[in-house]
Amino acid sequence: MKTLLSKPWIWSFVAALSVWLATIGVTGGASTVGLSQAALTFAAFSVLVGIGQMFVITLGPGNIDLSVPATMTLSGTVALKYMDGANSLILHGLLIAIAVGIAVGVLNYALIKALRIPPIIATLSMSFIVQSAAIWTNRGLRIKPPQVLADFTTQTSFGIPNIALLALLISVIAWVLLHRTPYGRWIAAIGQSLPAARMAGIAVDGNRFVTYLLCAILAAVCGYLLACFSGGAALNMGTEYLLMSIAVVVIGGTAVAGGDSNVPGIWGASLFMFLVVSMLNTYGLGAGVRLIMTGAIIITVILLASGRKAATR
Amino acid sequence: MKLSTDTLRLIVPVVSLLVLLAGVFYLQPRAMSYNGLNLLFNLAVPIALATVAQMLIMAVNDLDLSMGTFVSFVACVAATYLHDTPLLGALILLAAIAVYAALGVIIYLRDLPSIVVTLGMSFVWAGLAVLILPAPGGTAPEWARAVMISKPPLLPMAIIASALLAIFAHLLIMRSSFGVLIRGVGGNQRSVQRAGWSILMARASAYALAATFAVAAGICLVGLTTSADANIALRYTLLSIAGVILGGGEFTGGRISPIGAVIGALTLTLAGSFLSFLRISPDWQIGAQGAILIIVLALRLLLNRLESKGGAA
Amino acid sequence: MPSLPAAAVLPAAALPAAVLEVANAAVRFGEVRALDGVSLAILPGECIGLVGHNGAGKSTIVSVINGGLTPHQGEIFSDGTRLAPYGIGVARSRGVRCVFQELSLCPNLSIIENTRIMHRTLGGFGWRTRAAAIIASSLDAIFPGHGIDVSGPVGALSIAQRQMVEIAMAFSDAGQPPRLVILDEPTSSLDAGLAAQLLAHVRRFVASGGAVILISHMLNEILETASRIVVMKDGKIVAERAAGGFDHAGLVEAMGSAVPHQTAARRNLAATEPVLDLALPKGQPFRACKGEVVGLAGLGGHGQTRMLLALFDHHSPQWWPRRDPAVTFVAGDRRENGIFELWSILKNMTVAALGDLSRRGLVQDAAEAARGAEWKSRIEIRTPDMNNLILSLSGGNQQKVLFARALSTRAPVVLMDDPMRGVDVGTKREVYGMIRAEAEAGRTFVWYSTEMEEMQLCDRVYVFREGAIVAELTGEAISEHNILRASFKAEAA
Repeated sequence: MKTLLSKPWIWSFVAALSVWLATIGVTGGASTVGLSQAALTFAAFSVLVGIGQMFVITLGPGNIDLSVPATMTLSGTVALKYMDGANSLILHGLLIAIAVGIAVGVLNYALIKALRIPPIIATLSMSFIVQSAAIWTNRGLRIKPPQVLADFTTQTSFGIPNIALLALLISVIAWVLLHRTPYGRWIAAIGQSLPAARMAGIAVDGNRFVTYLLCAILAAVCGYLLACFSGGAALNMGTEYLLMSIAVVVIGGTAVAGGDSNVPGIWGASLFMFLVVSMLNTYGLGAGVRLIMTGAIIITVILLASGRKAATR
Repeated sequence: MKLSTDTLRLIVPVVSLLVLLAGVFYLQPRAMSYNGLNLLFNLAVPIALATVAQMLIMAVNDLDLSMGTFVSFVACVAATYLHDTPLLGALILLAAIAVYAALGVIIYLRDLPSIVVTLGMSFVWAGLAVLILPAPGGTAPEWARAVMISKPPLLPMAIIASALLAIFAHLLIMRSSFGVLIRGVGGNQRSVQRAGWSILMARASAYALAATFAVAAGICLVGLTTSADANIALRYTLLSIAGVILGGGEFTGGRISPIGAVIGALTLTLAGSFLSFLRISPDWQIGAQGAILIIVLALRLLLNRLESKGGAA
Repeated sequence: MPSLPAAAVLPAAALPAAVLEVANAAVRFGEVRALDGVSLAILPGECIGLVGHNGAGKSTIVSVINGGLTPHQGEIFSDGTRLAPYGIGVARSRGVRCVFQELSLCPNLSIIENTRIMHRTLGGFGWRTRAAAIIASSLDAIFPGHGIDVSGPVGALSIAQRQMVEIAMAFSDAGQPPRLVILDEPTSSLDAGLAAQLLAHVRRFVASGGAVILISHMLNEILETASRIVVMKDGKIVAERAAGGFDHAGLVEAMGSAVPHQTAARRNLAATEPVLDLALPKGQPFRACKGEVVGLAGLGGHGQTRMLLALFDHHSPQWWPRRDPAVTFVAGDRRENGIFELWSILKNMTVAALGDLSRRGLVQDAAEAARGAEWKSRIEIRTPDMNNLILSLSGGNQQKVLFARALSTRAPVVLMDDPMRGVDVGTKREVYGMIRAEAEAGRTFVWYSTEMEEMQLCDRVYVFREGAIVAELTGEAISEHNILRASFKAEAA
């Protein structure tokens, strides 16, 4: 029990559970299954982008990928446009989404490396170009996703949403990558101290490049799934995932300063963020309060997290 | 070559402004008049103020990602409370400035990443703005409106205001003891601390001063647009960062130039008009801004290379 | 209560009130006892020469005196009154000034603006003119004919010029005259002529009643300038005498030489095939042969570290991990370039050899643990468990982990950037033995050190000056005398 309590990710689950109970309490338990399934589904999308963002944040101070929302929008738009509702092109669509992710990832790191600017500015500039590309492709048309894919993203297996199962699979892979492979060690080393990692003979550029690539690909895949889930790509579909991807990483107990990440916390944080919004909705509070709460939660969590670090020192 | 580094830094912004201005006059000769200039640079004044605000944050090696939402929030307050009950409005704005000072303190004391904290704050400001003004509306305070639409002889208001701002910011940040202190914190915080200064006070005042400029930006903006909405200035986050960089500032090391920042803001405003005169599809307007930012950063890198080569020889 | 060495206790009653007195100060950094019950009184009109090897505690006592570091134990007095609380502000108001080893100016500000930062009381209208006059007059007094434009930015100055400005800044007077000036390796980037100007000024300052603490690796400077010499070792004061009480040999002996005299082990391998070479933009090229220990000597900051980094960058991967690394690096600045603070000892040790410890892309726990256990016993890392955090180790043991990290790779060449910084004498001896044994087994070492004596352990030594190799010494020719002569040749000629 004590070792469990010392895990940084446990708190996000505790928070998620209490909000879940509070919401159930108001609705009188009528919507328990529906709420839980919705929470798992929406959390799954946050988890997908959150994992990518977590790898980037692991790389250390200043490493944040702000192009996540634009990448999601572009990949969703392009893939849906290509598939044009045809079930036979689902795989092609996925490959196209991944290709979009690769392209954005490569360009992101090319900017970071070639212009030697902070990643945050490089990815921000890139996101504007990607966003424009999405607007240009979209042209205000709303193309329906292939029926098979739409069904897959909205249905459940064994009572658990398919999307959540998929996100779980990717989470497990991410955990192995982070904790069992040399790559995971290397990016954690880079995040703790870039010069020390370089001096230890770690191929810093290669590892950072792969990480930005990974983040962009995950964002692209998430955009592809989200577009299918919501019945078509919308230009603003990625917007809320900018802060969300960072928030779930931070709330999940990953060190904002880098070098120390954890995958389970992202699940707790993603569930928590969705449940807070739905709780505020249940209580009848508007968009303004929701925004304020989101911001306040993030700042509170960073404050608490920094306090935790200071205490163990 | 006997040019000082500061002069060199100003070359890129001044040249880009002149090139753009020439381009605009070539495409649209009618712009070469009192009213034309006023129209071209009208929106530059609030952007320039926000850029100076961002520059102050960057002077202490931080970055404010909530600039856009904060200016929007201020605009909403100005169009409602400041117009209806000036005293209450002023108090709200003062409280907002105090919040900024507190942010500076917290970020320093807890050693938090300013990027994440201000990203969280951006949601808080956005939420407050939505609460104050759920739908676009409100009325600008008469005095703000009067100042912004006044037509002084010889030169349009926008140009005079920008010039005054540049001079004032230069005196405050480049010539005064206070400015030296803030730039010293950005350059070598430890040595400033060793000389017996309170870093806490320096950072708090840098943030408070930045907020003051941002408040001025919001009021000016409302003065121009006569009404406000919660998303009125979201672009300012990127514009202000780009303006500082374009004007010769750097992300770290306390290397900033107030005159350059104002020129950078003017250039960016002009770039918007230039792009529309070029009849670039509105789809690509955002992308073009991203591209301009990338080009500017590439130019800067080139200039830095030349500078360091010149220094080594 | 740590027992004080008899020499450290002063008969306080017989002397005039000290400008500053530290009584029984102790400072710990984790497991490291950086300062272990040190007492030191600085009287007006004396220049204290503070000597000791790297990590002896000199910089720590300086931090305590200038108020930057609050000791965990001990008291501070000035002019007979106890100062509590003590801090940077109090120290400055008592006229304590310090010139640090690292750059402590703001490179983005002009010299005048830096003067404004240094002197809090200088404000008010027209401060630029006053600041310019203050710093210019101080520069003129210490370094006549300095040729520095005080309105220019600090970033444009050379290292020597920055050092000069910092020194002038410490001696400058803006209404609060300096009474105690601490100079931490002030001549490390100055040429002989400027160093002589500075030391002459120190003597003048002391003669007029000021107090100076002078820290220097150049024992001659200490012997010529100081009126009293204090020797530190492992966080304690081990000897303290008036200047006449030491000669050069006596001072070296008091510092406790860590280096066993083993010139017999020196081998001449320079004729064999080089495993590593690098052409430098000017001066002689660098090359190292299999099984050789090559020393890089010269004054600090004259291009040795830059060349090591160039060697490393040239041979280490940027984009794709290599299974067989060509070079490996042992950093001296552990905090900055060495350890990963969030990790265990084991992870810190194995990070450079993860490729060897993985199968099918996964790190093998058993293989990693076995590798850790092997090196724990081989170089005696003093810890109950290799899974403890790296920060639970003392500085010397952390450095051993860094050595184990480098030596456990298969890289044939080890680059070392002043790796003995802050390491105690016992650990140093063990590491010297390891280096020798590995070299005999065919490894090549390239070793930069500021400690003269470590150069004596090398087979061959390159002496650096202004970014270039200016001399190559082999065998018996490797001596402090020859190294110093080569380091300063330009001024002598």
